[in-house]
Amino acid sequence: MSTLLEVSGVSVSFDGFRAINNLSFQIGPAEMRAIIGPNGAGKTTFMDIVTGKTRPDEGRVIWGEKSISLLKMSEARIAREGVGRKFQRPTVFEDQSVHDNLLMALKNDRAPWSVLFFKPKFKDLARVEELASEIGLSSELSRKSGELSHGQKQWLEIGMLLAQEPRLLLVDEPAAGMTLSEREHTTDILVEAAKTRAVVVVEHDMEFVRRLNCKVTVLHEGSVLAEGSLDHVTQNQDVIDVYLGR
Amino acid sequence: MKNSFLMRNPSILIFLGLLALFTLAVTLMSEATGAGLISTSFVKTLGKTLCLCLIAIAMDLVWGYTGILSLGHFAFFGLGGYMIGMWLMYERTRQIVETSLANAEIPPTAQEVVDAIGSQIFGVVGSSDFPAVWAFADSLTMQLVLVVAVPGVLALVFGWLAFRSRVTGVYLSILTQAMTLALALYLFQNDSGLRGNNGLSGLQNLPGADAIPQSVVSIWFFWASALALGLSYILAAFIVSGKFGSVIRGIRDDEARVRFLGYSVEGYKLFIFVITAMISGIAGALYYPQAGIINPAEIAPIASIYLAVWVAIGGRGRLYGAVIGAAVVSLVSTWFTGGQVPDLPLGGYTLKWVDWWQVLLGLSFVLVTLFAPKGIGGLIDLLDGIRSPNRHGAALGPDSGSLQEREARE
Amino acid sequence: MRQLLILFSAVILLALPAQAGPVQDILQDHSALITKSSRKTIQPAIDALANSNLPQAQIVLQTWQGKDMWLRIEDGLFFRGNTLPSKAIQLIDFDSGEAAGEADKKALKQLKPNSGVRALIGTALVQFQLIDPDPARRAEALAAIERAPDASTLLPLRASIEGETDLGLKARKIRTERLQTISFDPDEAARIAALDAIKGDLGVDVRAALNPVLTTKRMVFAGDPPADMNIARRLKPGADELTDKQAYDLIVAANLGAPRLTPDALRTAMVNNAADGMVGGVPVAELNTQAARERAYAGLVTAGVVAAAVTDAEAAKAVRAHRFVDVYDEPSQAVTDAASATLDAIETKVALNQALDLGLDALSLGSIYFLAAIGLAITFGVMGVINMAHGEFIMMGAYTGYVVQQIIPNYTVSIIVAIPMAFVVTFAAGVAMERLVIRWLYSRPLETLLATFGISIALQQIAKNIFGTQARPLTSPGWLDGAWVLNDVVSISYIRIAIFVLALIFLGFFLFLMKKTRLGLETRAVTQNPRMAASMGINPDRVNMLTFGLGSGIAGIAGVAIGLYAKVTSELGADYIVQSFMTVVVGGVGNIWGTLLGAGMIGGLQKGIEWLNPSNTLAAQTYMIIFIIVFIQFRPRGIIALKGRAAGD
Repeated sequence: MSTLLEVSGVSVSFDGFRAINNLSFQIGPAEMRAIIGPNGAGKTTFMDIVTGKTRPDEGRVIWGEKSISLLKMSEARIAREGVGRKFQRPTVFEDQSVHDNLLMALKNDRAPWSVLFFKPKFKDLARVEELASEIGLSSELSRKSGELSHGQKQWLEIGMLLAQEPRLLLVDEPAAGMTLSEREHTTDILVEAAKTRAVVVVEHDMEFVRRLNCKVTVLHEGSVLAEGSLDHVTQNQDVIDVYLGR
Repeated sequence: MKNSFLMRNPSILIFLGLLALFTLAVTLMSEATGAGLISTSFVKTLGKTLCLCLIAIAMDLVWGYTGILSLGHFAFFGLGGYMIGMWLMYERTRQIVETSLANAEIPPTAQEVVDAIGSQIFGVVGSSDFPAVWAFADSLTMQLVLVVAVPGVLALVFGWLAFRSRVTGVYLSILTQAMTLALALYLFQNDSGLRGNNGLSGLQNLPGADAIPQSVVSIWFFWASALALGLSYILAAFIVSGKFGSVIRGIRDDEARVRFLGYSVEGYKLFIFVITAMISGIAGALYYPQAGIINPAEIAPIASIYLAVWVAIGGRGRLYGAVIGAAVVSLVSTWFTGGQVPDLPLGGYTLKWVDWWQVLLGLSFVLVTLFAPKGIGGLIDLLDGIRSPNRHGAALGPDSGSLQEREARE
Repeated sequence: MRQLLILFSAVILLALPAQAGPVQDILQDHSALITKSSRKTIQPAIDALANSNLPQAQIVLQTWQGKDMWLRIEDGLFFRGNTLPSKAIQLIDFDSGEAAGEADKKALKQLKPNSGVRALIGTALVQFQLIDPDPARRAEALAAIERAPDASTLLPLRASIEGETDLGLKARKIRTERLQTISFDPDEAARIAALDAIKGDLGVDVRAALNPVLTTKRMVFAGDPPADMNIARRLKPGADELTDKQAYDLIVAANLGAPRLTPDALRTAMVNNAADGMVGGVPVAELNTQAARERAYAGLVTAGVVAAAVTDAEAAKAVRAHRFVDVYDEPSQAVTDAASATLDAIETKVALNQALDLGLDALSLGSIYFLAAIGLAITFGVMGVINMAHGEFIMMGAYTGYVVQQIIPNYTVSIIVAIPMAFVVTFAAGVAMERLVIRWLYSRPLETLLATFGISIALQQIAKNIFGTQARPLTSPGWLDGAWVLNDVVSISYIRIAIFVLALIFLGFFLFLMKKTRLGLETRAVTQNPRMAASMGINPDRVNMLTFGLGSGIAGIAGVAIGLYAKVTSELGADYIVQSFMTVVVGGVGNIWGTLLGAGMIGGLQKGIEWLNPSNTLAAQTYMIIFIIVFIQFRPRGIIALKGRAAGD
């Protein structure tokens, strides 16, 4: 099986505290993966490293078929390479309409000049419509996204991620603060997305992870503690120790 | 495309219509071409006000839309003024010198003419040689190019340095303020090559137009300012209305999010910073021939802070707001400081507005920031029936995106 | 010889009235010179008195200099005269010191030496003063010599050293004697010895004595310069030191060549020789290029109207043919060598001391910036609030000091009162501002900047309306006047030391407050996580208010300190605000040590650049700001930056 992203031997420390310690991780081109772990396990820092926000002290981050290193790239460049990220807190541009939010995220040339003279073509508008229906916001397209509910914002953000057409989606706690039905909808969107691309979901909620029905990686103190199906890892003694406390 | 662009932005047509009406009205009432109801000096004041509106549009683009509170745009404004001032001063001095040398026993050589111009211009700073920065002063075309090129290049270099190192928020404001201060202090030196604190003067006299009265010249500049304002308004509206506008407003509200969408935030900021610097340069180049004199004090950081205040009072994030703010505050300011407002007797103390106007102005900034963050432009929203979205989470606006919130706590 | 003369005259004068003594004899010898009293001729008379070794000589000279010497017309004798209340003159004999009767003014002639003569007498008196039993008098005489060195005082000074009992005075005398030797002693060996002995002395007067020895004249010679000339160095024309043009000008000045034809001279020649619209065969209208004028000049030369001008090639050849040298005015090479060696040694030492002085200057400037910035560091760094009115709080502190001084005239007491008063006033102002304005804007930092700017211009204008635009003095107490002088190069005024101490006190106070007190703990808690702090029973409103008040209060105290050495105006604060911001930004936000380093760096940098380019403080500030902008490139978060998660990026 080919790998899309390979993280190997990565360490990073903040003021002496080792947030990530010799972490190695791999994911294929069309795979769903859940990352769980207690607070401070390094889940968010891991995402920061992949998206270029944090530079690791050592280790390699290799991307794609051509095996390019992501370490020297800027965040924007990594995003253009096909890594999309959804933050823990919903971050959409609240002052702009749902339509504009999606249009901005749409995969197109991102250079200032071409953006300045950009005119949405029919296929762009069609794609926006399509995405909106996928995330269930068709009727909200012209509303300012600031007026949406919390769950709708989460979906809009996922929709923006999909609009980017990334090859790897990093999703940080998508289900936080959602009602049960909203969660189900979110699961559906993610499972659908994972058919064509790699999706990494960071989540605390075991029920949500179970519903994703995918391979699970358990992080603890900055390194991988266990990996496998959810049932497999939940029976692992180390994992039980970590979650229940020693 | 033009059509649909204008259709989507009805405010442009309204604005251009009002501007045209205003220009026509002033022309008809001026001394040169009409009834003489408005004095030439007041025409100049109005023309200068239009230039200030122009730089306010630039400021709104960079601050209201992109969220960069630049305290340096008056530096670009001043540089534009200096560039055109160099040509005006050189050319006019050249004509005077040539007239006086024409009566000499033998015709002057080119070098003698240049030397005589040099000692005329730089006599006040105890020099007579032309510094290198005056290399193109004899060419109007070159100086007009420099009007946009010098501010543009300065903005490019400074912006590249600042944005590259991810300086944002108040840090960036302070850094731009420092840049402005550095430039002003540099120009204050006598050996800066631009006549130190004497500045450039006599700019109201157009070379070769001695026969034309100032009342006519003032109307010319008024028209030019109105034209520049109109064109810049269209340009600015074009920039902010499309996807580009969407991106820069995104940068304003959440820079990191835009970056993770794959846009190179630095490039966009730099684009806006440079283009607004150029607009400021043009505004300055139109302003100072109407003011007649430019000196380094005009560039001092405080001017740029005032600019931010005009835009804040007018209403950020909307182009007409910036124009209204600049026009209202600068005209009211002229009115108060001109001593035309009657004193206010307060029992034992007579309130002289010349002395107390600044206090009133300062307090009104505070009140506007506290109670009317949308400025005067917000009133138009009320008339229009537009209401803010019922927001969840943090407030909107350039200063309240999640990133800035965090910056504040750093 | 002179003794003989005196003896001789004494013999002759035996016939004179009985009261005549040896002094009177000398005076009688030179009676004609004394009564005529001209600067050119008087010297023998003064010398005779000065070298007579008579104890009364000094009194005679002083009396003479003080215009108290009278001549009795009837017998030509000299006396000291006291004007009595009755307008008559009481005469006192020089030799015995006793009264010699009274006389009417008409019977006497007062001797009124002119200022030139009095100066000569003064010089002669120096030797007496140098050995005066009273040390104060000796010190006075020595100071006079130091002030106005003169060849004539060298020998008396040298003679007086041996008998000097006061050690301090002796050292001074030796030092002065060396300087005088360098300047005036005809003996070469003595001068060289003195030059060697004075090595390493930093005194300004030493350099003043050395420089004349080393003055040079630039000279030009057709061949090699004469061998007996003391040549400082040989110059090669063409370099910056001596351009070809300057070299040829030297040749012209030395009458070794004809002057070049300057553009001005060319023009004058054109004007003078214009006739019938033509000059040298060229029409006047065409003379608007240099080439045409030269052609016309050539025409004039052919016509024999003007002399041929020196061409470039001729000038260059002349420059090559001549030798250019700098020649010492001092003929002795041994002396100039010794002098330049000594000067080099001194200059090295001066440079080291200047570096030290610069360091002290930088330190004191740094402490001023630190004082100005520390309040800002609290409000900006700890609370994330940018306070553009910070400078106006500094100004308010300074004006508070001024007002207190109007009420309490004693400067020491008033400063002691003013410091807490300034704190109270600005603390109150800060708290009021926080309550009324800033607290509503915590989530909108850029708008805080605008609102506080509004307050800033309002406060500035109010201050202008109350106190006027002219500067108000804030006078420091007497014990802060003056400077701590290490040597002639290094000195630092007490007021700057006081500011430095004040800065240290504030650093300690701040550290204590933040690390050891409840308020500090709460402040740090609110800074790091306001919600958590609130849930633990800390009232963030109260903490923010107190912190802001504290920052403002410190600004007020800084205002008093700054007001002590700068004039208090309504723009006082505005002058410091940008530097204060720079200090905080460069130092790194939220860390007092960062502010300290930032202040030190900015102070040092500014002084350093001023030193490199001493004529121009404006340029120094420009370069400093550019440096800071570049610095931010490498350390965007300042010298001391929070890293990792705490930085929140």
